[in-house]
This record gives sequence, C-alpha cells and structure tokens, in this order.
Amino acid sequence: MKHLLVCASLLWTALLWADPASSFCGFYVARGDAKLFNHASKVVMVREGDRTVLTMANDYSGGPDEFAMVVPVPTILEKGQIHVGSREVLDHLDAYSAPRLVEYFDEDPCRAYAMEDRAAKVAPQALGMTDRSREEQARSPGVAIEARYTVGEYDIVILSAKESGGLQTWLLENGYTVPMGAHRVLASYIRQGMKFFVAKVNLGEQRRLGFSYLRPLQVAYDSPKFMLPLRLGMVNADGPQELFVFAITRNGRVETTNYRTVKLPEGMDIPEYVKDEFPGFYRSMFTRQVENENREAVFLEYAWNMSWCDPCAADPLTADELRGLGVFWLGSSGPQGFVPGGPQNTFITRLHVRYDARHFPEDLVFQQTADQTNFQARYVLRHPWKGDTSCERYAEYRRTVRERRSKEAETLASLTGWDLASIRRKMGGGWSEDNSPAWWERIWNN
Amino acid sequence: MRADPVKPRPPLDPSAATPWRRLDPRFYQIAVLSGLLIYGLGWLHFDITPDRAALLLSTALLTQYVCTKLWGLPKFDPKSALISGLSLCLLLRTNFPLLAIVAAVITISSKFVIRWNGKHIFNPTNFGLVFLMVVGAPVWVSPGQWGNVAYFGFLMACLGGLVVNRAARSDVTYAFLVSFAALQFGRAFLVMQRWPVPLHRLESGALLLFAFFMISDPKTTPNSRAGRILFACLVTAFAGFIQFGLYRTNGILWSLAILSMAVPLIDRLLPGVQYDWSRVRTNPQPQGVPDEASSGVRQPALDRPALG
Repeated sequence: MKHLLVCASLLWTALLWADPASSFCGFYVARGDAKLFNHASKVVMVREGDRTVLTMANDYSGGPDEFAMVVPVPTILEKGQIHVGSREVLDHLDAYSAPRLVEYFDEDPCRAYAMEDRAAKVAPQALGMTDRSREEQARSPGVAIEARYTVGEYDIVILSAKESGGLQTWLLENGYTVPMGAHRVLASYIRQGMKFFVAKVNLGEQRRLGFSYLRPLQVAYDSPKFMLPLRLGMVNADGPQELFVFAITRNGRVETTNYRTVKLPEGMDIPEYVKDEFPGFYRSMFTRQVENENREAVFLEYAWNMSWCDPCAADPLTADELRGLGVFWLGSSGPQGFVPGGPQNTFITRLHVRYDARHFPEDLVFQQTADQTNFQARYVLRHPWKGDTSCERYAEYRRTVRERRSKEAETLASLTGWDLASIRRKMGGGWSEDNSPAWWERIWNN
Repeated sequence: MRADPVKPRPPLDPSAATPWRRLDPRFYQIAVLSGLLIYGLGWLHFDITPDRAALLLSTALLTQYVCTKLWGLPKFDPKSALISGLSLCLLLRTNFPLLAIVAAVITISSKFVIRWNGKHIFNPTNFGLVFLMVVGAPVWVSPGQWGNVAYFGFLMACLGGLVVNRAARSDVTYAFLVSFAALQFGRAFLVMQRWPVPLHRLESGALLLFAFFMISDPKTTPNSRAGRILFACLVTAFAGFIQFGLYRTNGILWSLAILSMAVPLIDRLLPGVQYDWSRVRTNPQPQGVPDEASSGVRQPALDRPALG
C-alpha cells in the first residue's frame, strides 16, 4: 500500500514545561533573595572511553545579574576545556530526536490509489535569557580558586574545597544565596573528590558579543565517571524537575545502571484530533508512564544512529554540528554536511527523566551498551478516506474504520488517563454511530 | 543452619525426609528463575525476546548433552544447564543471535573444561558473561533492568529458597549481603550521603540475583565455612574497588570472576569438605568426571545450589 507520510515533530518541551526558569543539574544561586526555580534542563553527553564532553543548556529566564550555576565536575578544568556552544545545534538535536507524530491517509477503499504526503514542521523552541555578573576574591577557609576564566559571555571560576562550610562561605561572600540544605550535598561532593564549576554571566562580554540569551556551556574532561550530578539541582527544586539527556556515543545506546531505563510506549494509533493537541498528549502520556513506574524510572525516547532517521523529525545533525557538540572522534576532515546513509559513527540516545529527591536519591550513573537497535517514540494518526463513497466496499471499509477509531480512543485513554467519553466526543466526525447491519443480518443476506 | 561442614556429615535416611525436602533444590531454583524470566519478559520488558531465550536455553541444554557424551558421564542431567541458561536469559544482552549461542556454549563448557581439584573454578554464567566482556564482544549486562518495584517479591522468592532448601551454604550469601551492605553504608557515611543512597543501591534486583543465585554456587565456593565467608568479603571488597575506585559497571560480576581464581588457594588455606549435589550415591563417580554426574538416590537437599 502506498501511503503518504507526514511527519509532525513538535518541539513540545517549550510548550509542556513553560516555566520561566530552569537549570542543569546544578542549582542556581541567586543574588539577594530572588527565588529561583529549576524545572527542565537539557544536557548533551558525548562519551567515548573515559572522555566526556558535556553541553549544559538551560532555559533560565530570570534577571541576568542573578544567574549563576554551580556544577560539580570530576576534574579541575583548564580554559581550553571550557567552551560556549551553540543553542541552535542543541535545538536541532532536540528536534531530531523529539517524539514524533506520523500520519497516514487511508486509500480510497473503492480504488486503490495513494494519497499524497504532507509534512508538518518543527515548531521552534524559545528560550529567553539575560544576565550580568562580577567576581570577588575567595577568602573562605578551605576553598581554593583553581582557575578563573572568561569564556564567551561567562565568567567561570573553578573551585576546589576541603569542606562544604568554606565553599558555602565563599558563595555567600561572593553574593550568592545558597539554598537551604545545600550544605550537606556540597559536603558529599567534596568528599567524593569533585571540583566545582561556577559560572556567571559577564554582562559586558555579553553586550559586546551581542547575545540576548545564554548560550550553552560546554566542558570536556577525562574521567571514568560516567554520571550526572542531580542532587544539587534538587536542593532548591520546587517539585519534580525534568531532565533531558542526549547521550552521543560511538557504539550504542546509553542507559542508567542505577535506575531502570524504560522505553516509552510507541507505535500506537491514536485519534486524529491529537494532531492539534500533541504537546498535551505527550505531557499526559509521559506523566502517566512516570506514575506507572512509581516515579523511579528513566525513559528512553530515542535511540538511533545519527546517519539517518525514519521518519525524520528534523534532518540528522551535520558533522560540523556534531563536532560542535564535542563528538571528537569525527575528526576535522570529515564531511561538512549530512550525507544520507553515509557512515556516521555516532549513536544518539535521548533519555527523559522526571526526578525528585525522594525517588531519585542517587545521581544518575550511565553505561554505554552495545545495543544499536533503533528506537523512537512515534505515534500514528490514520485519516479515513473521505472521497468517493459510492462503491459496495465502502460499507465494509466504514465498519473497519469505526472499529479502528474505537480502539484508538481506548488506546489514548489508556496512554494518557484521559476520560474515554470525552475522547470519543472530541473524535466526533460522524464515525461513531453504528450504521452497520446487525450481526444476524449478515448471516443469510436476506 | 548446619554444623561446620568440615566434618563429614552422616548420610541421612531418605525415607525419613518429607517429600518436598527430598526434592533436588535445583528444581526450586529453576522455578524461581523461570518466574523471574517470565516477569522480566512480560512486565519489565527486558531487552530479550522469547525467541532469544529459547535459543539460549536450547543451546545450553545441547551443550550440556554434548559435554555429557564427550566426558563420558553416565547420565544427561539438564538441571544445571537449565539454570545456567535461565541465568543467561536474565543477564546477557546482545543484538547478535550468534553471540548468544557462543555465550551459552562457553558458559556450559567452562564447567567441564576449567577445573581444579575436582571442582569447576568459575560459576559458569559468571564466566560466560565476563569472558565475552573481556574479549570486547558486543554484549552487555543491564544492572538497572529490575527497578525497585518488584524488589520485595524478589527478595521473598530468594529467601523462600533458603527456607525450602535448608541451605547450609547460604553462609556465603549472608556473608556477601552483610559485607556488601556494610560497604555501601560505610561508603555513604564516608562521603556524607544520606541513608536512602546506600539503601537504594541495596534495593537492586541484580544484587539479589547475584547474592542468591550466583556467588552462592556451592560448586565454586570454598569448601569451608570460614573460607566462604572470607571469599564473600573479598568479592565485596573488590566489587567496591571497581564501583568506587574505577567507576565501572557490574563490579560484582567482575569481582566474582577474579576472586573465583583464588578459591583453590582459599581451599588450601582453609580446607573443608567438597560440595556434592548428591551426598548418597548409588554408583561410584567415575574418575575425573565432573560433578554433574547424576546419581539415583539423593540426600534431602542440605545445601542450596546456585546458578549452575
């Protein structure tokens, strides 16, 4: 059967979690008493051997002078290990790996010919930001400023500390408000030998560079630790937070070793009207899956070799874009653009986790598997034939469509927890009423 | 709990035993592992298909059969092979059917080939997994696949095994669990983590599977109780080094494989009576024949088995 495929990828994150502020795994420390929240963040982890390149994007939208980020990192970073990345590339990666809706159009039941495709576009995601910042000397006991750099619009301080009191004092002396409860978490990271990466916005630099938003920060380091520190991010969290991890490896899928990695249900037929409500559908569906797993699971949304996609929510990233994200094994002499079907030793895993301190007491620890099986969170719309209805087969076709739609409604209710009656009402379309002959009418064809 | 196994125990009168106690403890183990596999396939959506499980099980049984013939054992006994096959289904993940076959063959044949002083050195499943990971084959083990939802049911099934089998050699399981818990809580205390962190690490299906079905393998653990406790503590210590020193995954699997090589030494330092699935044999066991040889009459299950 020839069918038309329309791929409607929605950049739903912006719509689903439209809260103004969010952070990476670290916490925001605000100047004064400005209350900051963190809800959703995106992290790209490029990993091969013991080498990691982290790209941390945040959709913080508070005052730029109040922005600061403290992230535990395994090693002391030199200036060359820190970089400011491109938000566009991260958005592209997000779009490429986003859950997607595909739609099929039924053939004319009377004459088998195909309909035509349409493709929906990826909605752009908006992140807003600004900033300002300054620095002071460390006078706190047990805290050493290992390095201080200005990279792009950021002022960066690398700290090592012997005890959390000193670190907390340093942060306070430098005008940060440290959230209640951070003390113990900081102490734990210090004991584990972690260093601290503190980033603030240099307003002068930002003005000079002409950016009106905060670009993602990138760090590259050698460490056997393949993990993401979550616990600082939970200190000042106001409820559960969302984290998207885009892991890029050479050989295969990435999963968490200390939490269950669960594939989202996918491939289901859902009612047509969901096309206009995809963000809501996805939010409800994700929430329900989180609840089904007792809020203790990490969800796999996409696992695919970067050289292709089917259907494509967005084009795969070019070699240049991948190098920008830190895919160091591609080298500098690789292809400059995406070559469909061409070799691209990059496998992307998109993980989505909604976490809180109670259900995620530990930081996320990952492993790279040898699994190269493709997976995508894909949902299907099937449009019934609406053309010529004169032939005899049409009645039978209409019956199958009615059964299909009934099943779609149940699937949607089961996936999202939405009320079945209200789903049926929204489906409407004159397909619900049963005009088919009674079962006994079909026995003898009287 | 039984007396020190160093002392030979007198044969029991099978007629005095209740019917369930007369049953080979491996039946219970097969039942539990099968239940876990069905649960994993049906509810937890393990990365393994029923076809792949069938492939692993049939290859394990076939290898057992071939090895039985090659080594001239009197009777083909599928129980241990089935246990190893089920364990592979629960642990081994690969995209390639051929590698699944290779894994099953290596697993089963290892207990016939790699032997010392009448015992096989490695727990077969552990060896099969670690061997493939060492040579860099595209296989993996997912310690996170169990989640915490079914943890307590899992624990009950495992503890049930101890009760049913009156497990004398469960000392190795206890010693491992206690030392591993001490390691996790000790480490958490040291790095100032709250108690939910070590608790979360202990609430792991992978850990239970290891403690109750792998490290407890009576054929590969030291013969004396003191030796087994020492062995369990060493496995814990090295697993801790792998987890917290090297930051690698599956520390317990690597640790068991490496420490298994020290078992002959431990047996030499702390001698004890070698484990036998059937204490009362009607036929003398042929020279040099692996302990797989089946005998007609079995003593009531005194020792708890582990992953064959």
